[in-house]
Amino acid sequence: MTSIGKALDRVDAKKKVTGTATYASEVSVANIAYATIVTSGEANGKLLAIDRSRAEKAPGVFAVITWENAQKLTGTNTPASGTDRKLQLLQDDKVLYHDMPIAVVVADTHERAQQAARLVEAKYAPGTPPIAKMKDANDVYAPKTAGPTDKADSERGNFVTAYDAAPVKIEQTYTTPIETHNPMEPHATIAVWQGNDHLTLYDSTQGIFGVRKRLAGLFGLDKENVRVINHYVGGGFGCKGTPWSHVALAAMAARAIGRPVKLALTRPNMQSLVGHRPATSQRISLACDKSGKLLAIKHEVTSETSRFDEFSEPSALQTRFLYSCPNVITTHRLARLDIPTPTFTRAPGESSGTYALESAMDELAYAAGIDPLKLRQINHADKDEDKNQAYSSKSLLICYEQAAAKFGWAKRSAKPRSMRDGRWLVGYGMATATYPARQLPASAVAKMKADGSVLVQAGTQDIGTGTYTIMTQIAADSIGVPFEQVTFELGDTVYPETPVSGGSFTASSTGSAVKMAGLALRQQLIDLAIKDTKSPLYDLKADGVEAMDGYLVAKGTPTKRDKISDVFARSSKTELVANAKTDVNAHMLKVSMHSFGATFAEVGVDEDLGIVRLRRFTGAYAAGTILNPKTARSQFYGGIIWGVGMALLEASERDPRNARNMSRDLADYHVPVNADIPDLDVIMVPETDELVNQLGAKGIGEIGITGAAAAVANAVFHATGKRVRDLPIRLDDLVEENKS
Amino acid sequence: MNPFTYLRATDEAAAVSAGAAAKAAFLAGGTTIVDLMRLHVMQPDAIVDLGAIGLTQIENTADGGVRIGALVTNTALADHQTVGAKYPVVVEAIRSGASAQIRNVATTGGNLLQRTRCPYFRDAQVSACNKRAPGSGCAAIGGVNRSHAVLGVSNKCIATHPSDFAVALVALEASVRIRGAAGTRVIALEELHTKPGDHPEIEHTLKPGEVITHVEIPANAFAKKSHYLKIRDRASFAFALASAAVALDMQGATIRDARVALGGVGTVPWRAKETEAALRGKPATRATFVEAAKAALVSAKTQPTNAFKVELAQATIVRALEEIA
Repeated sequence: MTSIGKALDRVDAKKKVTGTATYASEVSVANIAYATIVTSGEANGKLLAIDRSRAEKAPGVFAVITWENAQKLTGTNTPASGTDRKLQLLQDDKVLYHDMPIAVVVADTHERAQQAARLVEAKYAPGTPPIAKMKDANDVYAPKTAGPTDKADSERGNFVTAYDAAPVKIEQTYTTPIETHNPMEPHATIAVWQGNDHLTLYDSTQGIFGVRKRLAGLFGLDKENVRVINHYVGGGFGCKGTPWSHVALAAMAARAIGRPVKLALTRPNMQSLVGHRPATSQRISLACDKSGKLLAIKHEVTSETSRFDEFSEPSALQTRFLYSCPNVITTHRLARLDIPTPTFTRAPGESSGTYALESAMDELAYAAGIDPLKLRQINHADKDEDKNQAYSSKSLLICYEQAAAKFGWAKRSAKPRSMRDGRWLVGYGMATATYPARQLPASAVAKMKADGSVLVQAGTQDIGTGTYTIMTQIAADSIGVPFEQVTFELGDTVYPETPVSGGSFTASSTGSAVKMAGLALRQQLIDLAIKDTKSPLYDLKADGVEAMDGYLVAKGTPTKRDKISDVFARSSKTELVANAKTDVNAHMLKVSMHSFGATFAEVGVDEDLGIVRLRRFTGAYAAGTILNPKTARSQFYGGIIWGVGMALLEASERDPRNARNMSRDLADYHVPVNADIPDLDVIMVPETDELVNQLGAKGIGEIGITGAAAAVANAVFHATGKRVRDLPIRLDDLVEENKS
Repeated sequence: MNPFTYLRATDEAAAVSAGAAAKAAFLAGGTTIVDLMRLHVMQPDAIVDLGAIGLTQIENTADGGVRIGALVTNTALADHQTVGAKYPVVVEAIRSGASAQIRNVATTGGNLLQRTRCPYFRDAQVSACNKRAPGSGCAAIGGVNRSHAVLGVSNKCIATHPSDFAVALVALEASVRIRGAAGTRVIALEELHTKPGDHPEIEHTLKPGEVITHVEIPANAFAKKSHYLKIRDRASFAFALASAAVALDMQGATIRDARVALGGVGTVPWRAKETEAALRGKPATRATFVEAAKAALVSAKTQPTNAFKVELAQATIVRALEEIA
């Protein structure tokens, strides 16, 4: 019996539902003090004066730290990698964005810190009038890359000639707003110094090793002297992927007062201090022949970044390969605004990019008079035409077919505004989903303890995705013991190093390392058995033995077997330890690796009121091996729901005059509630991929959001005949003048 | 949160007395005031907790109406059978608001006095707001204002009154019973809330120390055929972009009398008397409703991002009327 592929409950479920899972801010640390951040009330310029005196005299206050009295960090504030952000750590008087940290107040209680924080008085010398929106930008430039590594621009064939000559074409601009991650658990850090050169952080993060490296750099410490612990994370979605200012500020505060310090961000802090999905403006030109065959594609992206740092939302990457087309141009430009730096947000690039591309494909389908699904099928790319190489596996045509059948796409009448249910105008829309399958270096250790129990460790994080559970499954199967006999530990930099939990690569990267460690442990057990004269397997060749259900078994002779715990017990060893390290996937240079999917949405639009409600959603996804259909389904659901929110609800509103974010809480920033989401229909299309990694699993954390917003937007067009190209689509755009 | 003194009043008289002090504030369910104290928008020196003074009964009145204690929770009121039978619009309005958890603690009196969700009002650190800091200006005008009011606005304030319940009560011509140092008085609910005008900081006609003790809904011919329709971006747990409380007294197919009030579009719970007049004596047809709905928005003053509320409010009135006619 293997456990991979089984819909097992989460191993941490009971702890979570009974409130005994300890999150970063809940760790009990003796003698702790509480810090809160004072934020700027201007978007740029500099601090003229900052008066600490009233706050310092407030009850319970230990310290008020500003740029004037803050520790000068000896280390570097240069990002340690392309995914790190520049931090604002009270090192100078510059103001870079509204809500930037300008002081930290530390007190004996959270409430007293908060109260004293408002007594810190700042005077500013504002800079030039802040620019809040891309349409007003005065500094638009071409970045070196789109995302951390891809080239910013691409070109193949001759777009201009092909587009000009084409019989059917569309050209439109699609815009997406600022979105914020707003995980249930706000960021929080507890910083504990042991002397001046050892630092322990309990931090709600998607990447403990990234935090360790960044903090070691900032404070000039050996990274071995920084320990980051993080056993549970209440959601991340990208904002916890890189360390932000508050992590280092907590450590600075703890050092300043000589006590451990807890710094938990408030919900308003969450809107500005930990990044956001940048607003984008995407111009797309598509042309096809009369049969629907694509002749030319151009996708020009402009997204916002800050004045002082760069985050390049790679919204056109999928356009380079999603469809077969000889003439393709993609570009990425950045507009500098007086705002905090954006960051990775679930499917960065693909979520906003597929909204634009797949909306444009829908428009082209209408222009050509071809069914939108058929248009995608006609233009299916059998190979990656951008890199001119094969796919490791691709099951998109099956996804289209299965999702369309389950959804009942054939019942759609092509004409917009032609289907209704009472007062509801009904629309069907569809879109393609895609996300890259990546593998990064990772390591893990598998141990058999003296009592015969199995302990597997890797430093990775469980950000709510089910990492604890799937790693336990992988370890159990690779060693050959039942799932229940394995304990998997994560979330501590003392464990083997793994990548950030992001990019949908945790299963592929850390999972592969866990598998290799498990196999190595199994090998040690086999070696013990075949050298043990008391074993029924004595003197067999190592490759003649397999492991399952807690037994080592002679291949082909199932009756000839030895219980693993007995093998270990007879060995007189106190512990077996098997380490493994996996690297980036070498096949990536020769084949392209992506998950694909097909999404179908049915919406109702109230003909008078303009209310849009999702009625049904079907998505079929092929993402290689599905390790646990239960946790996988939750990942698809979560992605789809966010896609629906992206289409219909989510937007942070920045004041156009001063660039201050005015969506400061979850009453103003709308995410879908249960009542907005009907039953979702997820089909996991079986797919075998020998190349993608040791597990054949492509990763599923992000593909669910891709395509979903476009499917909904296309359904709104089909329902109403009105094309809204600016997300979110709200009743403002659709309410009709009353007719009697 | 500023330090404050806390007094749990034992009876109405004690509450009135303690509440009359400068910078005192009453605490009922706390769903508004605790939130705003944390944001430093409200900074009372003294909190007078009303939780022990009673006022949790719902009684029938001699004239066939109901009298609701000010500390009856929203949940208890919505679950009350008599109220539900006599005044469907009240129950629908309450259930359309907030979440079950909030309704479990929010009270009848507190709901009427909840404060605007204008993000500038709630941003005490930076934003100009005449309601919070008189004379500082109105950042919502020219700013982020999709959710703001289009009726009853002034050039000093365009903040929307957030209550659903109050809109239903205005349509039913409810009154509030008020206890103060000088005794008890009863005023029409329509007299409770004040439009911003030149003084957005003044939101109601209560004097310092005065406590709402009861809401009284009279018996009337239109209440039984009443309805609340709330339109918002998501299906639940959001404030209204527009809402309509409607009540009709029909004679055959003709409207003998009507009551219409609007939420989500006014600086106060908005009674649409022009619409009521346009409905009276007319056949209950869509054409009648459409014309009558237009009358409600004649005086609307919009901002660039909330202009849609004129059409939306009209459509909401029409739909609400259609659903009960």
